[in-house]
Amino acid sequence: MIAKAMLLALGFAQLCVLLAMIFCTIRLLRGPTAQDRILALDSLWMAAMLFILLLGIGFSSTVYFEAALIIALIGFVSSVALAKFLMRGEVIE
Amino acid sequence: MSQPIVMQMTAVSPWLAVPIIFLLVTGGLITLIGALGLLRLKNFYQRIHGPAVYITVGTGCFLVASMLYSSAALQRPVVHELLITGFVLLTAPVVSMLLMRSAVYRDLRKGKTDSPVTDAYRLPKEQ
Repeated sequence: MIAKAMLLALGFAQLCVLLAMIFCTIRLLRGPTAQDRILALDSLWMAAMLFILLLGIGFSSTVYFEAALIIALIGFVSSVALAKFLMRGEVIE
Repeated sequence: MSQPIVMQMTAVSPWLAVPIIFLLVTGGLITLIGALGLLRLKNFYQRIHGPAVYITVGTGCFLVASMLYSSAALQRPVVHELLITGFVLLTAPVVSMLLMRSAVYRDLRKGKTDSPVTDAYRLPKEQ
């Protein structure tokens, strides 16, 4: 009973994160300016990280945690590089 | 025929299950609302607030829930989710600030602003 309720809550959270990823994708495809698209891409990275974290809770495995950590790292670096490129026109000056 | 992989959760005591369920539902709702803000709000300077909410609060909720559940299921304290929490809390403001500055510079360079009434980043007239 308790396990079933927790599984239900986990499914609800996964559904919400999946919908959030769909919204970010719509903004990524539709965004009027370049900075909108980069913001949507950064949000999509973070939502994917949350989704993998929830998968890790569901499958009771710690492998998913490392995947989520790597996604967070790469998402940060790529967002910073893209934002720098928007600001200056070059990544490393 | 191999067994299909299904999600399952071991039953923990109700004193832990109630906070875990609460954190999962709250984090999911906050994530949904933040992404809806990213989709629905009018211009870029408003839209940047939606993801900032769920990147910090939603991640915090899910990570605390994961920490509680792993500690209860594995019968030992599991705290390595704090790594992701610290990393995300450190890096989310950096990304927001860089994106915001690049958006301000681009709008200034283009000479147009999205909302002429309440805009703090307008070029002075003499420039």
